[in-house]
Amino acid sequence: MRRLVLVVSALVLIGGGAVIWLTRATPLPPESIAGLPGDAARGEDVFWVAGCASCHAADGAEGAARLILTGGQRFPSDFGTFVAPNVSTHPEAGIGDWTFAEFANAVQRGVSPEGAHYYPAFPYTAYALAAPQDIADLWAFWQGLPAADTVPPGHDVGFPFSLRSGVGVWKALFAQDGFQVDADDPEVLRGRYLVEALGHCAECHTPRTALGGLDRSQWMAGAPDPGGSGRVPGLTPATLTWSQDEIAQYLNDGFTPDFDSVGGHMVSVVRNLAETTEADRRAIAAYLKALPPRP
Amino acid sequence: MKLSNLAILTATITGVAAAGFAASHARTPAEIAARKGQMQLISVHMGVIGNMARGNIDYDAAAAQEAADNLAAIGMISQTLLWPEDTAGHEESRALPAIWEDRAGFDAAWDDFSTATVALQGVAGDGLDALRGGLGGVGRTCGTCHDTYRASAN
Repeated sequence: MRRLVLVVSALVLIGGGAVIWLTRATPLPPESIAGLPGDAARGEDVFWVAGCASCHAADGAEGAARLILTGGQRFPSDFGTFVAPNVSTHPEAGIGDWTFAEFANAVQRGVSPEGAHYYPAFPYTAYALAAPQDIADLWAFWQGLPAADTVPPGHDVGFPFSLRSGVGVWKALFAQDGFQVDADDPEVLRGRYLVEALGHCAECHTPRTALGGLDRSQWMAGAPDPGGSGRVPGLTPATLTWSQDEIAQYLNDGFTPDFDSVGGHMVSVVRNLAETTEADRRAIAAYLKALPPRP
Repeated sequence: MKLSNLAILTATITGVAAAGFAASHARTPAEIAARKGQMQLISVHMGVIGNMARGNIDYDAAAAQEAADNLAAIGMISQTLLWPEDTAGHEESRALPAIWEDRAGFDAAWDDFSTATVALQGVAGDGLDALRGGLGGVGRTCGTCHDTYRASAN
């Protein structure tokens, strides 16, 4: 009997250890980010394509106010409502006292400076594919952004999703390395980087499984609008029949080929992409035209 | 007696079914049709100016001015009578409940469109760069309103 208790205790310990191991927060290898000099001017382009302001600026912010990353926007989901935190340069309310390594681990691993997991409403699984140099440039740009002292409320997420270690399991199940689409053409490759890594377009344009992971077999095929009204459209050639020119123009001025206007969260995305180069907008369009058609 | 009860029941069921059928096949409320027509009218004129701004067609000062004049005229149509409460949630409309929950905000969004179209009207004949600037101002008001008050397409 005593032996049985010992064996069971040992198994529980091993099992518990395995769970802790599986759900641990794994930071970036320090050598991958050490000593990278950042270029703030290049970082501004990364900032807009990566869409930081779309979630972290105040709801409805326009113009220069989109550079004030005060947080507070609410994102409803099947798991609860996530609230964007203040990521401005304020040392207490924001992330002004972070090191570059802490920033890079947050953005590319979803790990906080304290070693906790962030919820994947923050698209670090896409940002993980970004070039370390782009993240260094982004951080350099960040240093020139204003500080905001507002502290938004926390996430409104119920049990069991309120357990952050569960996010570790989610990461083990759904996070993945590498790009989805094979390509040779340099323009399509550039577009793939912008769409799959920085732009994290699939976060809304690809449907999700019951556990909230991307259903990659339906890559960019469209999905229910997480806000609850209508659908986020599919972007593969099966549904998006616009020309490369028309897509690139839409991403700049926000008008469809019939001069209907962009709507929903995409309004903010177009405002971001209007800040980048024509070549990059055309690259995004080239990537979309090269996607395998899915309904 | 039993027979007449059955007759009343049958008549009632038929009546309810007919009413249901009529409701589900009701004609589109005139206000919704008018709203869609108004948006269509905007997109035709935006298309003339937008295709010039995009470089898809040559800049034509007279055509740009005419389109901008019409957009400014559309902007002057008061929206009060076009968005009655009983059209909220109609299946043929993508108008979000936010319109009726925040009527002042919605009216302000239309006023912003109206103001931007007047600004566009003032510069449409002054060359392509001026036209592009004016168009950008109008486009922002389209996006801002459609971000908050229009549902994603199905």
